[in-house]
Amino acid sequence: MNRYPIWKYAVIAVSMAIGFLYTLPNFFPEVPAVQVSSSKAGVKLDTALLQSIEESLKAASIPYRGATLDSSGVKIRFDDTETQIKGRDALGTKLGGNYIVALNLLSTSPQWLASIGALPMYLGLDMRGGVHFLLQVDMKAALDKAGDRYVTDLRGLMRTEKIQYAGIAREGGGVVLRFRDEAERAKALFTIDKNYPDLNSRAQEGGGGSEFRVFSQLKPEAQKRIQDGAVLQNIQILRNRVNELGVAEPIIQQQGAERVVVQLPGVQDTARAKDILGRTATLEIRLANEEPGALEAALAGQVPFGSDLYTERNGSPVLVRRAVVLTGDRINDAQPGFDQRNNEPAVHVSLDGTGARLFKEVTRENVGKRMAIVLVEKGRSEVITAPVIREEIGGGRVQISGRMNTREANDVALLMRAGALAAPMEIVEERTVGPSLGKENIDKGFRSVTWGFLVLAAFICVYYMLMGVISTISLSINLLLLVAILSMLQATLTLPGIAAIALTLGMAIDANVLINERIREEIRWGATPHAAIQAGYERAWGTILDSNITTLIAGIALFLFGSGPVRGFAVVHCLGIMTSMFSAVFVSRGIVAIVYGGRKKLERISIGQIWRPGASAPAPAKP
Amino acid sequence: MEFFRFRRDIPFMRHALVFNVISLVTFVAAVLFLALRGLNLGVDFRGGTVVEVVYEHAVDFGRVRAAIDKLELGEYSAQSFGAANTALIRLPLKAGVSSAQLSDRVMNALKADDPSARQVRVEFVGPQVGKELYENGALALLLVALGIVGYLAMRFEWRFAVAAIIANLHDVVIIMGFFAFFQWEFSLPVLAALLAVLGYSVNESVVVADRIRENFRKMRKASVTTVIDNAITTTMSRTIITHGSTQIMVTAMLVFGGEALHYFALALTIGILFGIYSSVLVMAPLVMWMGVSREDLVKPEKRRDGPAGETIRP
Repeated sequence: MNRYPIWKYAVIAVSMAIGFLYTLPNFFPEVPAVQVSSSKAGVKLDTALLQSIEESLKAASIPYRGATLDSSGVKIRFDDTETQIKGRDALGTKLGGNYIVALNLLSTSPQWLASIGALPMYLGLDMRGGVHFLLQVDMKAALDKAGDRYVTDLRGLMRTEKIQYAGIAREGGGVVLRFRDEAERAKALFTIDKNYPDLNSRAQEGGGGSEFRVFSQLKPEAQKRIQDGAVLQNIQILRNRVNELGVAEPIIQQQGAERVVVQLPGVQDTARAKDILGRTATLEIRLANEEPGALEAALAGQVPFGSDLYTERNGSPVLVRRAVVLTGDRINDAQPGFDQRNNEPAVHVSLDGTGARLFKEVTRENVGKRMAIVLVEKGRSEVITAPVIREEIGGGRVQISGRMNTREANDVALLMRAGALAAPMEIVEERTVGPSLGKENIDKGFRSVTWGFLVLAAFICVYYMLMGVISTISLSINLLLLVAILSMLQATLTLPGIAAIALTLGMAIDANVLINERIREEIRWGATPHAAIQAGYERAWGTILDSNITTLIAGIALFLFGSGPVRGFAVVHCLGIMTSMFSAVFVSRGIVAIVYGGRKKLERISIGQIWRPGASAPAPAKP
Repeated sequence: MEFFRFRRDIPFMRHALVFNVISLVTFVAAVLFLALRGLNLGVDFRGGTVVEVVYEHAVDFGRVRAAIDKLELGEYSAQSFGAANTALIRLPLKAGVSSAQLSDRVMNALKADDPSARQVRVEFVGPQVGKELYENGALALLLVALGIVGYLAMRFEWRFAVAAIIANLHDVVIIMGFFAFFQWEFSLPVLAALLAVLGYSVNESVVVADRIRENFRKMRKASVTTVIDNAITTTMSRTIITHGSTQIMVTAMLVFGGEALHYFALALTIGILFGIYSSVLVMAPLVMWMGVSREDLVKPEKRRDGPAGETIRP
């Protein structure tokens, strides 16, 4: 009668096994840990590092539970937060600036689970505590900066091409060049078009016909490229700065065209985080002190007055004068490239007008000497590179080359650009949750789901008897599958997400209520138990589908237009609807088939009391 | 156990006018409150800063206010939040004040006044983001309404679609009316609850509509009102049990969920209570007024099946 084919049981068994496997990691407690990862590209994370970490922990006699090496770095587990902090401090001083040493919580779930991708659910910031920032990049400033750069470039171009011009200025979102006659203007237009394909230049009359003008504007696609570049560069800078904060799993992502999301789980000192993210690092160009014997004296501990001793990135010492020639805000751009003469990797730097003039003076007077490019961040200075000045450099275009490979050229260019943000950023949204509140939120959410579920289960079991028990089992399977899918997708679980789990369970029971009521009704009108079960499931299915699809529409809209925590709600809600259709209909039918399917002569179903209108009562209006 | 024992169909449709008048009155009242008092929009939609501060002892609001007053930030509010040792300080957006640093300044002032002050939560939403969240919320509401109308029109018939969406938007407006009347804070989670209610109440209408269609097929001689009355009566039991079950979960959230889920659960509670009423007693009369008939729902091919649809029952 109500038999179920083997393959359907197989589907149920397999999905439950998978569900169980992927839910499992959530039950293992988390332990305090320290995570060591590299703060710079090229710093190796290898077994040698692992060994030195273990040795230094042993040397400091800090007990730890084990250290593992994976692609993201070395993770060391501790018994409690006290030893964890001691471990962090010890490793922080030992390893130095090339590594990020951050506090973290790690699941104790066994390795074999992690190797099949079964990981605990990812907790949102409102559950674990931390900071969420939404930063908006000032695009107008990015374009302004580009405009300034073109003023310098065009001025230089006019000079090298020997075109007479009367003036150049920023005007109306572009650059205006003024000429005294038509011929010069035509020449200029031709040269600009040839050299700057990103510019859209056209002739303009001005000053009552006595003035010949060229108006140059960035093409829309070039504008977009500059804006995209500004966002990407700012993200890169933010990443460098977050590394300094020592956060275990930071999220830095672009959102939309001009916004950046920064999420720092576990960070408590928001004032410091804001400070570091909003900081403008400075880049300084200074001259090296190359007086005979000065460097040797400095290395011996006698740093000459007015100079600082630094170490270059390649490790060699360099003595630098304190007087600053140029600061980073005079640098418009720095790009890696190649030296046109010998094809060696090089960095092309372009300076703004004032910068170009200053640079020209300084280089003229110091041919043959070295200059140092120093990055000053948080009071710490670092020499990025110290090239030798070969000749006087005018025009604001500088090339640094020699003694570097392509990767180094990339790094230097990045660091020089990173001296200042490509465009200023403003915090437009901030959400900070303390760790205690996060823990409280987990407890509250967990308690809501547990108590709601228990009361609901008790009610359904009493009201529908054995069929109620079956409904409850299928509801539990629904919960199991939902948690498994959330863990599998590594969806972020927020407090609204837990609320969605509770709400979805409350709504999912609807399908079972529909089925059970339908079965009761069929029995009431005289159907045999087997026929009633058959009809109950069949007739209820259409209704369940319709009502779930409308709920799904609401969930999808919420996902598309919601933000942050509400998105979490929408994701859980939508997934819950789908798992509930599977468990409430497919699984519960399977259980019913096990319980009742085998009996040929089924007298009655345990579905609670079924009231039949008595013979004495007037018959209901039924056809 | 069986709660509902209807000996005969309850003649809902005879009183349809009464139900419609009741809904109209509540609806108009809700709209009136919305228009007169407006929604108390939370920081998500209006922009501004919220700082939650926990002390080691009960909050002395006099001192808290005195400390913040010194900063001259303009209008702000400081209230207790959940527990006696927790204070919630709301600072509105103010032109010219760098809002990102606002929370830091407040916290520094409070810490200087009482070192036991501990910041547990900060929410800052800039004016642009707040406006976007508001617009996106409105758009989501509109999209859900259109999506549901479209689906129901396809699956049933346009009268059902229109009636269902009117009935359920009526729920949404009434929830918002409650929020306006009591000046409860309308935040993002409340909006989520609103959309969930919209989807959920439509469930209800779908179940009734489904039954009406089925009855049109089975009860071929019965009048439209009899068909509708029977559909409502037979699904009544399921309606109450389902809503009761959902309410059990929502009540658990109300009791255990704390402040963060309070208004979310409250919105759902109102939505569930009015959902029972509206989807049954607003949607069905509307369908009737719009003149639904057997021919609209039962396609001619089905009718050729003949007596198969008819059954003899005790």
